[in-house]
Amino acid sequence: MRKIFLIIKREYLTRVRKKSFVVMTILGPILMAAIIVIPIYVSTITNEVKTISVLDETGIFPDKFKDSNEFQFRYLNGNIDSLKKKLTKTGDYALLYIPKPHAALPAIAFVYSESQINISAKSYIRNVMVKEVENLKLEAKLKDLNPQGLDSKITKDDIMASIKADVSVNTIRVNDEGEEKKSYTEVSMVLGFVGAFLIYLFIFLFGAQVMRGVIEEKTNRIVEVIVSSVKPFELMMGKIIGIALIGLTQFMLWVVLTFGIVTVATISMADQLGPKGTQEILKQQTPIPGGGAEAAKMAEGAPEVNEILEAINTIDFGVMFSSFLFYFLFGYLLYAALFAAIGSAVDNEADTQQFMLPLTLPLIFAIIMAQFIIQDPESPLAFWLSIIPFTSPVVMMIRIPFGVPMLDICLSVTFLILGFLGATWMAGKIYRTGILMYGKKVNYRELWKWLRY
Amino acid sequence: MQYLFEAESVSKRYAHHLALDKVSISVPQGSIFGLLGPNGAGKTTMIRIINQILAPDEGKVFLEGHEMKPDDIYSIGYLPEERGLYKKMKVGEQALYLAQLKGLSHQEAMKRLKYWFDRFEIHGWWDRKVEELSKGMQQKVQFLITIIHEPKLLIFDEPFSGFDPINVNLLKDEILAQKEKGATIIFSTHNMASVEELCDHIALINKSKKILEGKVREIKKAFKTNLYEMEVTDHDTDIRAHLKEGYQLMEEERHDDTRFIKVHIPANGSGSELLQMIIPHMTILNFREVIPTMNDIFIQTVANSN
Repeated sequence: MRKIFLIIKREYLTRVRKKSFVVMTILGPILMAAIIVIPIYVSTITNEVKTISVLDETGIFPDKFKDSNEFQFRYLNGNIDSLKKKLTKTGDYALLYIPKPHAALPAIAFVYSESQINISAKSYIRNVMVKEVENLKLEAKLKDLNPQGLDSKITKDDIMASIKADVSVNTIRVNDEGEEKKSYTEVSMVLGFVGAFLIYLFIFLFGAQVMRGVIEEKTNRIVEVIVSSVKPFELMMGKIIGIALIGLTQFMLWVVLTFGIVTVATISMADQLGPKGTQEILKQQTPIPGGGAEAAKMAEGAPEVNEILEAINTIDFGVMFSSFLFYFLFGYLLYAALFAAIGSAVDNEADTQQFMLPLTLPLIFAIIMAQFIIQDPESPLAFWLSIIPFTSPVVMMIRIPFGVPMLDICLSVTFLILGFLGATWMAGKIYRTGILMYGKKVNYRELWKWLRY
Repeated sequence: MQYLFEAESVSKRYAHHLALDKVSISVPQGSIFGLLGPNGAGKTTMIRIINQILAPDEGKVFLEGHEMKPDDIYSIGYLPEERGLYKKMKVGEQALYLAQLKGLSHQEAMKRLKYWFDRFEIHGWWDRKVEELSKGMQQKVQFLITIIHEPKLLIFDEPFSGFDPINVNLLKDEILAQKEKGATIIFSTHNMASVEELCDHIALINKSKKILEGKVREIKKAFKTNLYEMEVTDHDTDIRAHLKEGYQLMEEERHDDTRFIKVHIPANGSGSELLQMIIPHMTILNFREVIPTMNDIFIQTVANSN
């Protein structure tokens, strides 16, 4: 145990001090921040004019929603339930429903749509409504004040504070049967993609590091000195665990730094984009795994904080975070063991190609399939890919934000752990023979022989 | 005799190749034991079995009389033929790491390394990267890492390759010093001169089988050819006329003003008898028994077993 700890310590310390680690630690968050910020611009640049039908029961907002080159508004009358049912047939982009308020002024609106409506539409609706309600409040206030004449004690700030309005716009997805379901698809999708992509990236990055480490020890010829002190399996596991810790360290630093960068970007962009942009950025921040709480804290004081919190509440971050850790660790362990086996079987990195391809194929396949799985997280494809240990880490990260049946989780976890044990056992056998084998062109038949020694 | 290490009919088979075939060796306590053999004979496999890097398929290995257990690797220091260090790692850090892997505490390893770095006059290299060191320097570091935990059994596989003559001498002295301290040394090499110089015992392995084992002195005795060589000043006297029954002239070679003569003596004869026969007739400059070198013995034994 002491020896494996020594190996882990060496693997960790030599890597954490490398320049490449520092560079990655800085570049990663910049890239991630870009991934978060860029889609906001993209979502605001759309050419197609979308029709949003409006059912306004309050009568406050006629003509207030102005057509733009992005949206046109069509006012309707009728019953909300029947309109909702007809929504999918009309081809309208969304249906905005402002119900008769219980209080004097409206504070709630619903947007029904077939697909998730984009951020700029939602944000525009919200802004119009807030402005209108604030105007009404201001008029009411002024009416209150006027009969007694203007009181000098009432300042403009008091008025502004007293009329501060909040309108929450709830987005609801409607399917063909007219059923509705409150959805925060944006949050789920981004969460899923970020998680899946991170796992994909980390397995590739750190798996390859394990492989290179093994090759380094072999070509250095230090391996024979070391295996005369420790068992080959201990050396292999020490390396794998040491690099796993490097991965975790990097991940934690990325989360912290990405938030730092996004915060700075948000503040500096707030001036350029105005309130609308700020809100969008704040909203976009929530999809970082494990970072929801901080994002919410940052968004405090922003009018949409309640909604963001609501969105976050629908996603169990405990589950999200722990499943990320589980799938990251075991997915990495599974692949790293096999990467180590490849490293042990070859004399230099150029010879790894023939073994690398079949190993990385399932991982690449999983990330390509991600876009289909995200559209239908319950499909048979998603189910099977989340059971196969080679694809499950990536695929499950996409599915988890949408909620996954218990059975699927149990199967996936069991098979991944079994896969990890099997891969490690196999890798140990190949590794043990491979590291002491020089100058031999190794093929699959040779590896098979080593397995049976 | 007390044996530090014993192998009892050890066999090891790779897929289609028998690397060791019922090999038994006994390494006496406190000796320098030469493990010899042509390339591919199975020496490295034997050494890896002693180091417990490999397990024998058949047979047993014993250290100090008990069957070897995993902890015994702390009692062994191994300098492999193909050796290397982490190139990007600092010398001191690396030595410390490898010493700790051999079971030394951080503190103890530090203390001993300080001593050896001073002794080898490389204390200035502690914080340098290994890749900045010359090959000889790296070998020195490697050597001291091998002995740092003061093992009972030291295994050196071609220890002198890569050293200049000065450092070879330094290393020889260190190996002998380790023997003085009570360590037992297994020494594998193709350099028969150094075997002759250092080894007390040898085992010769060829084609997976042990073909010779014993004390160097006794082996040499066994390989004696009863041949004597002398250098005389006389050029022309026919030596055969003076030789008794059974003594046989084997070779005669004339140089400028001397003559080299080789005579084979019978089993009941002796060197002094031969001298007595010759002395009355000519002046003898040199007289010695022709003893086969380890090199001759190696080549002859291997050739015979083939």
